[in-house]
Amino acid sequence: MGERLQGSTMKDADIKRLFYVHIFCIVSIILTTFIPSFFLEDFSVLETHLTWLCICSMCVAIINVVLYLQVKPNPSSKRSSIFHKISRLLKSCVYFFISCLLFHAIIVLYGAPLIELMLETFLFAVILSTFTTLPCLCLLGPNIKAWLRVFTRNGATSIWDNSLQITTMSSVIGAWLGAFPIPLDWERPWQVWPISCTLGATFGYMAGLLISPVWIYRNRKQLTYKSR
Amino acid sequence: MLKALVLLFLAWVCFLFYAGIGLFTSGFLLTRLELTNHSSCQELPGKGTLVGSGRGEPGACWTVPRFSRAVIVLIDALRFDFVHPWPAGPPAPQPFLGRLSFIQHLLEAQPQHARLYRFLADPPTTTMQRLKALTTGSLPTFVDAGSNFASYAIQEDNLIAQLNNTVDRDDWDLLIAHFLGVDHCGHKHGPHHPEMAKKLNQMDQMLQTLVEQLENDTLLVVAGDHGMTETGDHGGDSKPEVMAALFLYSPLPLFPGASLKDPEVVPQVNLVPTLALLLGLPIPFGNIGEVMVDLFSGEGDTQPLATALAQASAYHLNAQQVSRFLHAYSLAAQDLPPEELQHLQNLFSSASSEYEQLLDQLKTGEVREADIQALISQLRLFLRGARTACTETWARFRPARMIGGTILLASTCLLCLITSRLTSSPDFPFHCLLLRAVVWGLAGAVLLAGGLMAAGIGLEPSLLCAGSAATSLIAFLWALKSRESSSMTVFLPGPLPILVLLFLRSAALFSDSFVVAEAWAAPFLLRSLSLFLVAQLHWEGRLLVGVSTACLSSPTASLARREGPRALGLLVGLLLCVRLSILFHRCPEETPVCQSSPWLAPLATMAGGQAKNLWYGACLGTLGVLVLAVRFWLRRCGNLNSPAPPVLFVRWGLPLMALGTAAHWALASGTDEAPPRLQALVSGAVVGLPRAVLALAAIGLGLLLWQPVTVLVKTGASSSNHIIVPFVGPPASQADLDYVVPQIYRRMQEALRGKLARGGGQTPLALAAYGLGSVYSAAVVTALALLAFPLLLLHTERISLAFLILFLQSFLLLQLLATAVGTPAGSPGPFSVPWLAISAWALTATQTFYSTGHQPVFPAIHWNAAFVGFTEGHGSSPVLPALLVGANTFASHLLFSVGCPLLLLWPFVCEGQGSTKRKKTLASGTEVGGEKEEEPLMEMRLRDSPHHFNAALLQLGLKYLFILGVQVLACVLAASILRRHLMVWKVFAPKFIFEAVGFVVSSLGLLLGVALVMWVDRAVGSWFKQLILSQER
Repeated sequence: MGERLQGSTMKDADIKRLFYVHIFCIVSIILTTFIPSFFLEDFSVLETHLTWLCICSMCVAIINVVLYLQVKPNPSSKRSSIFHKISRLLKSCVYFFISCLLFHAIIVLYGAPLIELMLETFLFAVILSTFTTLPCLCLLGPNIKAWLRVFTRNGATSIWDNSLQITTMSSVIGAWLGAFPIPLDWERPWQVWPISCTLGATFGYMAGLLISPVWIYRNRKQLTYKSR
Repeated sequence: MLKALVLLFLAWVCFLFYAGIGLFTSGFLLTRLELTNHSSCQELPGKGTLVGSGRGEPGACWTVPRFSRAVIVLIDALRFDFVHPWPAGPPAPQPFLGRLSFIQHLLEAQPQHARLYRFLADPPTTTMQRLKALTTGSLPTFVDAGSNFASYAIQEDNLIAQLNNTVDRDDWDLLIAHFLGVDHCGHKHGPHHPEMAKKLNQMDQMLQTLVEQLENDTLLVVAGDHGMTETGDHGGDSKPEVMAALFLYSPLPLFPGASLKDPEVVPQVNLVPTLALLLGLPIPFGNIGEVMVDLFSGEGDTQPLATALAQASAYHLNAQQVSRFLHAYSLAAQDLPPEELQHLQNLFSSASSEYEQLLDQLKTGEVREADIQALISQLRLFLRGARTACTETWARFRPARMIGGTILLASTCLLCLITSRLTSSPDFPFHCLLLRAVVWGLAGAVLLAGGLMAAGIGLEPSLLCAGSAATSLIAFLWALKSRESSSMTVFLPGPLPILVLLFLRSAALFSDSFVVAEAWAAPFLLRSLSLFLVAQLHWEGRLLVGVSTACLSSPTASLARREGPRALGLLVGLLLCVRLSILFHRCPEETPVCQSSPWLAPLATMAGGQAKNLWYGACLGTLGVLVLAVRFWLRRCGNLNSPAPPVLFVRWGLPLMALGTAAHWALASGTDEAPPRLQALVSGAVVGLPRAVLALAAIGLGLLLWQPVTVLVKTGASSSNHIIVPFVGPPASQADLDYVVPQIYRRMQEALRGKLARGGGQTPLALAAYGLGSVYSAAVVTALALLAFPLLLLHTERISLAFLILFLQSFLLLQLLATAVGTPAGSPGPFSVPWLAISAWALTATQTFYSTGHQPVFPAIHWNAAFVGFTEGHGSSPVLPALLVGANTFASHLLFSVGCPLLLLWPFVCEGQGSTKRKKTLASGTEVGGEKEEEPLMEMRLRDSPHHFNAALLQLGLKYLFILGVQVLACVLAASILRRHLMVWKVFAPKFIFEAVGFVVSSLGLLLGVALVMWVDRAVGSWFKQLILSQER
C-alpha cells in the first residue's frame, strides 16, 4: 500500500516536472517569434520564414537537449566512458540527419516539388525532425529498437514515453493539417509552401506539449508501466 | 442468399441512386435546346407586308432603320443603384451611390434624349450566359444542348451574326465595349469599398468622353449584364443580382415625352429585338424579348395615330417572329408545356387577324387610335405570355425537386449503410424485403402516373422514377424498422479515421478551390490513408519484430517477421506510384500558374526525331510490360496452364491486341510522314486497327464468359487414393455438392502437394487442379486486361504510361491491404471487406481519373477519342461518339469498379502466395508432415460457405456504392447550397455532372464485376459436378 502510494506521488512529481519542462518549451518557441527582431533587420515569421525556421529549430533543439540533460528522466544505470559518450553523440547526429532526409523524401512523395524550393522543403523536414526525432534521441538515445517500441500500443514505459508519443503525433498531424489551406484562393502570405505546414507542425507541437501533461494527469490511474 | 438476389438488390439500390440524381438534375440543371435556324432579311417571319413599306430603301430589312449606328457600352455588373440619380448636396452614404454623375446630368438636361431603365436579367446571372442573352434575345441555360459543347462561340442566331450577314455599309455600324473593371472590383472588394467609387468615377469619365464624340445617327446603349450581391458576387437570382441598369441616349430626341419619375423595368431580352428593329436588322430567330415601345414613335411627326401605328407594326413583327420561334422549338423539343403553347397560339392568331383587319381599314381610311392601342395590348399579352412560359421552363430552379432528389440520395446512402451491416446475419430475409420494396415501388409509380394524368401534367420520367424509388425506399425502411427496432441506432461507417476521411472528402466538394485542386487532394488523402494503415500496423505491433517481447510470443509475431519489410516496401512503392502519376495531370483553367503535362499531347503533334522515337519506344515497352505482367500473374497463380479458351486468348490474343495498338500508334503518330503511295493503306489501317483491337477484346470477353474456369486438371497415372464420396450416385442436391466440393479440393491439394514435396511419382496421384485457388481473381484480372486495351487506345499514346502506373498502383494497394488488413486466416466466414480498403479503392479511382489527363470541366474532355477508329467522323448519330468519349473520360471509374471484387478476393489469393513460399523452403529439406499441415484453400474458402460469399459480395457492393453515393450527395448539396456562388456554373455544376455520370458508370461497372464473379462461381459449380461425374465412372 505504502509502496503504491509512493509510486503515485513519484508519478505526480514526474508529471509536474514534465509540465514545467513543456511550458518552458512553449514559451521559448513563442519567444523565437519576436526576440530575433531586436537583433535582425526586418525579421518577421512570415516574410523571412526560413530564418525563423532555422532559429526556431535551433532553439527547440538546444532547449530539448539542455532540459533533458538537466531533468534526466531516464537516468542511465551504467556509467560510460567519454569515448562511448562521443560515439553516442556522433550516432545521434547521423540519425538526426538521416531522419531529416527521410522526412524530406516523404514530403516529396507527398507531392512537394522535387527540384524547386528544395531548401524550403528541407528546412520543413528539419523542423519536423526537431519536433519528433530530437526528443526521441534525447530521451531514448540512438536506439532505433527503443524508438520503435515506444510507438506501439503497449510500448510506453514511463510518462516521458507517453508524452513523446503525444507530441510526435500532434506535430505530424499539425503538419498534415497545415497542408489543407494551400489550395484555397485566399492569397494570404502564409499559404505559400511550406509556411502553412511548418506553422501547422509548430502549433501541433505546442498543442502536444500542452496536451500531454494534461492527458497523462487525467489518465494517471490507468497508466501502469511494466519495468523492463 | 441467392446470387440473383444479390444482383437484384444491388440493381435496386443503383436505381434508387439514379432516381435521386435524376430528380435533382431535373430541378437544378436548366436545359434548353439550341436551334440553328437563322432569320433572314429577305424572309419575313410571317405573312403580311410592312407599314410604311420601307423595303425598297437601302439598308432596310424588316423595317426602316432609325439609327445607322449604335455604340453599346457593356459595363459588367453595373447594378441599377450604381446609376440611379442621387440628389446633389449631402455626400452619398455608400461609395457606389451617385458616382455616374454624367448620366444624371444627361437625364436632367436632355430628358427627351436620354432615359434610364431597370434592366432585369434572368438567372443564371453569369457573364457568359448574360452575353449570350444580350445577343440572342433568348434565355441561355447552363446546358444549352447544341451541336458543340466545347465551343464558347455562340451557335444560335444573334444580333452580331445578323449584322455581319445582312448589312454592308461602309464605315462601322456597331461598336461594343465591354468593361470588366466594376465586376472585378466587386469580386475583390465588394460594392461597399472605396475602390468601387474610384472605378465608377472612371466609368463616368469614359462615358463623358464617349458622348462628346457621338454623331447624330448614333444610338448609345449603356448596360450592365447583371448586378451583384452585397458581397460582390453574382450568379444567382436574388434581386440585387438581377437588377442591372440600362441607359439609352441619342444626340437626336428619342422619346416623345419626358421620362417617368421612377424608371421602368425592362427585361434584358427586350434589348435585342429593339436594337434589331432600330438598326434595320431582322430580329434573331430565337429571340423571346419584346420591343421597347417608347423607341418606336413615328418618325419625325408627333401625331399620336402614326406613332401608335408604328408601334403596332413593330409589335406585330416581333410577335410574328416569336410565334415562328415557338413553333419551331415545339417541333424540336417537348419541354414547353403544350397547353400553354396552344393558348399562346390562339392569342397570336386572333391578334394577327385583328392586325390584318386594321391594315385593311387603314387603306379605306378611318382608323381609331383606341383600336390600335387595344391591338398593341393584345400583342403585348402574347409576347409576355411567351416569355413567361419560356422563363418557367428554362430559367428557374425547382427547389422542390432539388430538395426531393437530395433527400432521396441521402436516404439511399443511409440504406446502403444499414444493409451493409445486416448482410452478415444469415437469417436476414432480403428476398421478402426486396420483393416488398419492388411491389411498393411499382404501386407508387402507377399511382403517381395516374395522379399526373388526372392532373393533366405530362408524364415525366424523372418524376415517375423518383416517385417509385421513394415509395419502395420507404417501404423497405419501414419493414426494416419494424423488424430491427433495436438495431436502428447509430450507424457509422467504420472507425474514426474513415469518418474523418469521408468528412474531408465531402467537405472539400463545397469549396471551389478544393474542387479545382481535387487532382492533388485525392492523392494526398490516399497517401495519408496508406501511411496511416502502416502506422496503425506498427502501433499494433504487427509490422516489425523485436519491438516488444510481449508481442513476440503471440502468433502474429511470426507473421510480422515476414510481412513487416514487405508492407514497408509496398508502401514505398505505392507512394512512388502516386507521386509519379501526378506527372500526367492536366491543369484546370482556373490555376494560371500550373502547367499541364506536356505528355498529354498525342505523339503526332511532336516534331519528328529522337525524342518522338524514344517516346514511342517507351509506349511500346508499356504495352509489353502490361501484357507480360498479366501473363506472369496468371502463371504464378497457376491459371495459365489449362487449355480453356480464355487462357489461350490471354496467351495469344493479348499480345495480338498489344501489337495492334502499337501498330495503330505508329501509324497515327506518323500519318503525315507516310509515302504518298501508301497513304490509302495507312488511312485504312488507322481506321481498321482500333476496330480490330476492339473486336479482339470483345471476343476475349465472350470467351471468358463462355468458359470462365481456368483450371488445369491432371489425372495421375494410378489413382488408388480415391475421393471419398459419402454417398452413392450423382449429387442429388446443392447441399450435397456444397459438402463434397471442399473435399475434392482438399484431395487435389493434397495430391498436388505430395507431388511437389516428393518430386512426384512416389505417392499415387489422383487429381491435380492448378489454379483452382484463384479462379475468381484470374477471371477478373483477365477481364480488366481485356477492358484496358481498348480504353488505352482511346487515350493518347503517352497516357499508356499512366495506365501502367494505374495497374501497378492498384496491384500494390491490393497487396498492401491484403497484408495490412489481415488475411481471413482460417475463418469460415462471414467475410467482409473493411471500410478502409474500399475508401482507398474509391480514392484511387478518383486519383486515376486525374492522372489519365482528365478534369471535371467540359473543355477538358478528350474529344479526340470520338475519332479513334472513325477518322471520317460519325455522320449524324451521336450515340457512338458519345460512347467513345464517355469510355475515355470514365475509363478509371469503369476499371476500378469492375475490379472492385478483387478487394474481397485478394486476401485469399495472398494466403496462397504466403504458403507457396513456405512450402518451397520446406520441400527442399525436411519431410512434409502429411496430414498435419492444412493446405491453403485460397478462394475455395469462399466456395466453402456460399452464403457468406454472396453476403460478402453484397456487402462489398453496398459499401462501394455508399462511398460513391456520399460523394455524389456532397456534390448535390454543394451545387444546390452554393447555387448563388460565382463559380457554380464553372466549377460546381460541371463537377456534379461528372460525378453523377461517373457514379452511373461506376455502378454499372460494379454490377458487371459482381456478376462476373458470380458467373465464374456458377461455372466452377458445374465444373465440379462434371468432375464428380467423371470420377464416378
